[in-house]
Amino acid sequence: MSWIENRFEEGLIVTSLDWAINWGRTSSIWPMTFGLACCAIEMMAVGASRFDIDRFGAGAFRATPRQSDLMIVAGTVTYKMASRLKRLYNQMPEPKYVMAMGACTVGGGPYFKHGYHVVKGVDLVVPVDVYIPGCPPRPEALLEGLMRLQDKIRHQTRAKSPMTKVKEAALA
Amino acid sequence: MTPEETCRLLNSEFGDAVEATKTEGAHPYAQIVADRWPDVARFLRDDERLGFNLLRSISSLDLLEENLLACVYDLMRIPPDDSGKLLTETWEFAVRVVTNRDNPVIPTVSKTWPAADWHEREAFDLMGIRFAGHPDLRRILCADDWVGHPLRKDYEFPREYHGIPATTEYELTNPHH
Repeated sequence: MSWIENRFEEGLIVTSLDWAINWGRTSSIWPMTFGLACCAIEMMAVGASRFDIDRFGAGAFRATPRQSDLMIVAGTVTYKMASRLKRLYNQMPEPKYVMAMGACTVGGGPYFKHGYHVVKGVDLVVPVDVYIPGCPPRPEALLEGLMRLQDKIRHQTRAKSPMTKVKEAALA
Repeated sequence: MTPEETCRLLNSEFGDAVEATKTEGAHPYAQIVADRWPDVARFLRDDERLGFNLLRSISSLDLLEENLLACVYDLMRIPPDDSGKLLTETWEFAVRVVTNRDNPVIPTVSKTWPAADWHEREAFDLMGIRFAGHPDLRRILCADDWVGHPLRKDYEFPREYHGIPATTEYELTNPHH
């Protein structure tokens, strides 16, 4: 590659736009402080020094949806809470991600059959990126879920996806 | 004051307002006519011999077979700080008030024991008992526009709530899985 060597000023880095943006987003996921029930205790443990979610750049728990990228739905979502949850989700800026933490948010959990007031899975209210089963999940499980979300972000692209092309062709 | 003495005192003071008494067992109670219940409550609290100054809880019962709803008020007496009596001089008693299931109304005792305020709101929310004279009888746990009273035995689960499917049939709840 001799034709490109030594042609640029020092300090210049060449990368793909996708890689650079994804690297930035992956390494600074700011979660929202959103604990609803007992799962929140595990989420707090993940935030503390023993498990330390800050190692993944996701330790800046924000107290407002407007500064958050990730909503960790940690706990039982009731129908009364569902409207608030949806409003908070709508207040988050794009790109935004949702993690369903624990059995209740994955699918109603122990309240699936006899819980008259529990939403049978938070994916009925907002779209979910990563499901973390457990009652409550271990802190390691939450970190694993975060890493899977990072994998997801890392593979995003600014380019038109083949599926979009297929959809556009179908609509045209 | 033993449960027997309490029941005897209530019988002598209110007579026909006491429908039934149960003095043996772990949970002795007197069943009071709903209309007279506020008077009895005030007596239970203010009488020197009884002095039940703490309403510990209100439980509500759905007696579906008898077409009745009931409230059980758990009372406790704790000697006031300045009474000079030992904390061991405490006693407990329960009062049961029964009402018709089709039109369940019980007079409020929130003026006698302020703790009854939220307890009665909970019983209204989950069991549908209306407390006449309550200062603020709204739902306390369920959403304001909730339909029905969930802890009744003939309660039917909602099929959907504000566009969220609410059935427990798995294939209806999660069609995309």
